Amino acid sequence: MTNSQSMPAMPREHYLNAKYGVKSWLLTTDHKRIAILYLISITAMFFIGGFFATMIRLELLTPAGDLMTADTYNKMFSMHGIVMVFFFLIPSIPATLGNFLIPMMIGAKDLAFPRINLLSWYIYIVSAGLMIYVILNGGVDTGWTFYTPFSTTYSNSNVLLAGIAIFINGFSSILTGLNFIVTLHRMRAPGMTWNRLPLFCWSHYATSVIQVLGTPVIAITLALVAIERVWHIGIFDPKVGGDPVLFQHMFWFYSHPAVYIMILPSMAVMSEVITCFSRKRIFGYHFVALASIGIAVLGFLVWAHHMFVAGMSVYAALVFSLLSYFVAVPSAIKVFNWTATMYKGNVSWQTPMLYAIGFIGLFTVGGMTGLFLACLGIDPHVTDTYFVVAHFHFIMVGGAVMAYMAGIHFWWPKMTGRMYPDIWGKIAAGLVFVGFNLTFLPQFILGYVGMPRRYFHYSPEFQVLNVLSSAGASILAIGYLLPLVYLLWSLRYGPVAGDNPWAAQGLEWKTASPPPTFNFDETPVVTWEAYDYEQMPKEVPVVG
Amino acid sequence: MLLTFPFFPPRASTVAGQVDHLFLFLVAVSGFFACLIFVLIAWFAVKYRYRPGHQRAMSTRTNVGLEITWTVIPLLLTVVMCAWGARIFFADYRPPPNAMKISVVAKQWMWKFQHPEGPMEINELHVPQGQPVELTMISEDVIHDLFVPAFRVKKDVLPGRYTEVWFEATMTGAYHLFCAQYCGTQHSKMRGWVHVMEPTDYAQWLARGASEPPEVAGARLFQQLGCAACHLPQGTGQGPSLVGLFGKPVKLSTGEIVTADEDFLHQAIAAPGTKVVAGYRPIMPTFKGLVDEEGMQKLVAYIRSIGNKPGANSP
Repeated sequence: MTNSQSMPAMPREHYLNAKYGVKSWLLTTDHKRIAILYLISITAMFFIGGFFATMIRLELLTPAGDLMTADTYNKMFSMHGIVMVFFFLIPSIPATLGNFLIPMMIGAKDLAFPRINLLSWYIYIVSAGLMIYVILNGGVDTGWTFYTPFSTTYSNSNVLLAGIAIFINGFSSILTGLNFIVTLHRMRAPGMTWNRLPLFCWSHYATSVIQVLGTPVIAITLALVAIERVWHIGIFDPKVGGDPVLFQHMFWFYSHPAVYIMILPSMAVMSEVITCFSRKRIFGYHFVALASIGIAVLGFLVWAHHMFVAGMSVYAALVFSLLSYFVAVPSAIKVFNWTATMYKGNVSWQTPMLYAIGFIGLFTVGGMTGLFLACLGIDPHVTDTYFVVAHFHFIMVGGAVMAYMAGIHFWWPKMTGRMYPDIWGKIAAGLVFVGFNLTFLPQFILGYVGMPRRYFHYSPEFQVLNVLSSAGASILAIGYLLPLVYLLWSLRYGPVAGDNPWAAQGLEWKTASPPPTFNFDETPVVTWEAYDYEQMPKEVPVVG
Repeated sequence: MLLTFPFFPPRASTVAGQVDHLFLFLVAVSGFFACLIFVLIAWFAVKYRYRPGHQRAMSTRTNVGLEITWTVIPLLLTVVMCAWGARIFFADYRPPPNAMKISVVAKQWMWKFQHPEGPMEINELHVPQGQPVELTMISEDVIHDLFVPAFRVKKDVLPGRYTEVWFEATMTGAYHLFCAQYCGTQHSKMRGWVHVMEPTDYAQWLARGASEPPEVAGARLFQQLGCAACHLPQGTGQGPSLVGLFGKPVKLSTGEIVTADEDFLHQAIAAPGTKVVAGYRPIMPTFKGLVDEEGMQKLVAYIRSIGNKPGANSP
């Protein structure tokens, strides 16, 4: 906004160069530096999880088991799920972008509890380190779902240590959520009312509530698994007097809301990116905000739709089916509002917007196929098949990861002060979109035709679709490796971005890029509504 | 190529068609809305793309009418989907009373089927066409799941508790049988075939394998395990009489009244202390470990077979 015509220059002092040395990073309480620490850690975990995915897709090129043993394969998909869900997706947007942006968006100097913020990263590192130890010492083969009594009695792998890693990891999630809730209540700048709050913050507020309320349940559940595994106290295994289905109720009571921990922050990113690149106020601000809260509340009441074939009363099944349908409605409201936001806007096609448009498409397909799984007449046929695998990858990868990439590309100039080459960003976004669809669309058909998930060997008639899927995965892999290259390149060689390269609204753009340690030279006073794009130039400037 | 490409597994049961119809309805509705979104986004992205001299973006405030419209329409459609799905689920929940009962024991990593007439099969199941078949299933170890895509049926097989699933095959042929719940190393090898045969062929197949019906084997087990010492037919022993018991209400020492079904009998044998019949002392030892799930099913078959005999004093 300041001087987009003349050449922007880097600010002399900012959060990255305010202090030097390893100690200044490892003992920092600056939310922006902690966000960078998280960014590096979860990127490492993402590529570890991606390695397992690569091995899975390679093995499934042929119906026979030829690349590895059945046990190894079972460990591959288990560790892929555990690493991606608990160590990448759940912290992804909140711990990096949320951490970096929430204080800036509300005009605060930092989060409410900066030391707890650092503690949450250390907890994450301890748990991730333990998980890597598990991986290097033979891994775990229970699936990320740890179903009993397989996990408590029959598995010979490192169930206990993997469970402890996830147990510890949960505390980092809880602390981040707690920090956001308090920050959003107590630290807003003068004039930043709830009705002026960026939707990014609303969505993160809803996410934080789930993190704080839901995560203790998975911790308790895994503690009970450990108790049964170590001391043979009958909780889940009927051989010692337990109930195996009880585990599934407890597990999904957290793990279904956990899906919303992944997708609500993605929706947070969407509302920011789509308004900026449409140069328009968000359509239906209050409906989008309330939809986030609706998702967080309803999300806690649908867990048993994972268990329609596990044997439950038909009336319980009906209630859970109906509630699962209801939770789809707020998501639909959001998609309609984003679409309406583009109407009569001035739409620009930079990289973040490409990812955002990709998100809407893939998230729509993921959400729609969720309707099939909520349906009592169809779920028994498609549950536990590749239909489910395709569905949740559309939500978690097509949705959450696309939005994460959109967010990283949108705020990269704010975080680093430099711009990446837009053309390479567009190429990567295109590769991810094409590769993703080629990987996961065939899996819907595979599932309906009847291929169960977690199959090492499969019937020869499923091979064509599996080969298509593996081919898509190789394109997807390139799409994910490219940004790693050009984003790192941009750190040194990228053109200087300037304070507000996208001419975007929002307090985070009203300070320098990279921002000073305490974000603002003086506390801003907010007198305008969110997404006030009428005041901004109608063109997104082109940098780089 | 595309015409022969299989988008659907064979439709070989009475429910398969119903499930596919509902599936196609959902494909149509969700396909329509997905395309609507895709087209709108593509259209807006192109039509309103930034060009120099282009009009300033119109500020559209909240349009409450529009918001209500796109809240209510999806809500109504999802209620229709839910109701239609529930109709199929409810209608297919209870097996028809004339269903043929086959016992299933799942264990790492095989399926065992026990026909009422006696034959036992492993990883293969022969059934007659046009006859409802009810599977009463239990697992010896972890959770498994019986899945026959051609029949559109799937049900978890749990340890310690019976679950049921039923189907009526409409087409002869051999169809995949899968374990759909991850159960360890050889999970993907825990599969077999369901052979649907003409009823006459099925009768011939049954006659070929000479073996004893499960209730006969159960009666022998009943003697061998010493059950008969306490459970005297007249009810004069230390335990209640089991004659005429099956399917009847039983009063427990806690005052609770339960039905003497497969699950009750299973629990009464495996963990007798938890289900003591009123008027009897909790002295029965557990038979867990002494009798496996197949033996358990034979015992239950025997108790069921003496369930309908008259002249018994119900406990």
